[in-house]
Amino acid sequence: MAVIVPPEKTAVAQAPRRTARRSRHRPLALNVLALVAGVLGWAVVAALELVENLPTPLAVAQQAGDMVADGTLMTDTLASLRRVFLGYALGVIVAVPVGFLMGWYPTVRAVVEPYIQFFRTIPPLALIPLTVVLLGIGEVPKIAVIYLASFMACVVSSFQGVVDVDRTLINAARVLGASDRVIFAKVVVPASTPFILVGMRIGLGASWATVVAAELIGAQEGLGYRMQKASTWFEMDTIFVSLITIGVLGLLMDRLLLLAERRLTGWQERR
Amino acid sequence: MNSRISFQDVVKTFPLKGAEFTALDGVSLDIADQEFVTVVGPSGCGKSTLMSMAAGLQEPSSGRVLVDGRPVTGPGPDRGVIFQQYALFPWLTVRQNVEFGLKLAAVPTQERRRRAAEAITLVGLDDFADALPKTLSGGMKQRCAIARAYAVDPQVLLMDEPFGALDALTRVQLQDQLLATWSREKRTVLFITHDVDEAVYLASRVVVMAARPGRIHRVVDVDLPYPRTEEIRLSADFRQIRNAVWTSVYHQESTAPAA
Repeated sequence: MAVIVPPEKTAVAQAPRRTARRSRHRPLALNVLALVAGVLGWAVVAALELVENLPTPLAVAQQAGDMVADGTLMTDTLASLRRVFLGYALGVIVAVPVGFLMGWYPTVRAVVEPYIQFFRTIPPLALIPLTVVLLGIGEVPKIAVIYLASFMACVVSSFQGVVDVDRTLINAARVLGASDRVIFAKVVVPASTPFILVGMRIGLGASWATVVAAELIGAQEGLGYRMQKASTWFEMDTIFVSLITIGVLGLLMDRLLLLAERRLTGWQERR
Repeated sequence: MNSRISFQDVVKTFPLKGAEFTALDGVSLDIADQEFVTVVGPSGCGKSTLMSMAAGLQEPSSGRVLVDGRPVTGPGPDRGVIFQQYALFPWLTVRQNVEFGLKLAAVPTQERRRRAAEAITLVGLDDFADALPKTLSGGMKQRCAIARAYAVDPQVLLMDEPFGALDALTRVQLQDQLLATWSREKRTVLFITHDVDEAVYLASRVVVMAARPGRIHRVVDVDLPYPRTEEIRLSADFRQIRNAVWTSVYHQESTAPAA
């Protein structure tokens, strides 16, 4: 119960804005409570051996400590993060301009769209065998697959962002004397930012999901590789450490983007 | 005739399901400098299309639209446009919105600041100059849009049902403010509305349009003095003109084929 005390204390300290504070802190307190309950439940299930080979939270924590101490967790995390960032950044950098061009020029859209619609239906993971044949088993095929995953998620949303720009805003700029170039830079780009950021969040999720699978093929390090190897040795606690690390990192990255989204698109009217 | 805006036998057709839809059929109208003209008519009479063509956002299929004697070839800062949906840039503050057109016109920073501040004062938004549009009420948003149009100092104001989305009380307040603004800084105004009271209260001339095809049904002169006041709004003269306009807007069906 000690967990919920700090937020309550803040609420009391800021008495004048109590209601607003409390309503913001109550969900957080419930979040923490739910997590604690989940871990306790896990501990009970593991202690009673209701599920075969399920490690206890304590064993997982110890294994995590060991993996931090010997540096493997750091090495794996950095290897996975590096792949995600390279593939993801590349995907976003290419997808946003392509999406803009598709939205702005009907010709570009007509040329590019069939390919995008087609490749969108293929899960990036299904391309792994192909990339292995074409690009070998080094870093390149892994980054290529992640790139594709984030590109596909991002290109559609930035294209949609441009298409959905309110025509009246474009007209309003036009009657104030804006040229097409100015309209693009001063109206279309800011107006489609919310869409792009949503696409970036989806893309990040897709990249993170893809890296683990991509590491199953011929990697020497990485969280996915570690899990794959651990499963052949039946090291359940290592698998759990990797899984939890993947989840926590994914959540952190998503929150970071959400923060950026709030800052950049705070002007939006919420209805 | 020395008119600021001139529609000369304007026809506008749109392709519609393979056939041709005539939005405007032979509209001719001259608006003098500093005149306040309202256009009122049933929906589908092409009144917004008329304004769009003066703004340069649409082209006539045939006929000519002249502003200051020159054919309109596109939008320009000599004509300010105010839209029903406010069309404020939501990521810019009130001040930045008002400065938008001035920046495009490459007005030097100092003068830009001054002119934006003047326009903001003109519509009474000084306290909200640094607010984002999402924090403003509908009426304030439209005042901001009016300030944005005024800031670039256009000779012509084209207003497309600007108060249509506002509640009745706010609408009346904005009508008075618009007239006050207009009397201080006279501009030629072409004001589109579907509200008969609004049309008569604001204008020196009310153009009544008919639908299918869109055309001018009747032009009613409003011989009421400016400044217009509540007293005028409640007067018998006002009521008489209003009734005449009302009748020609809502009882024109008898002359047009049933739809």
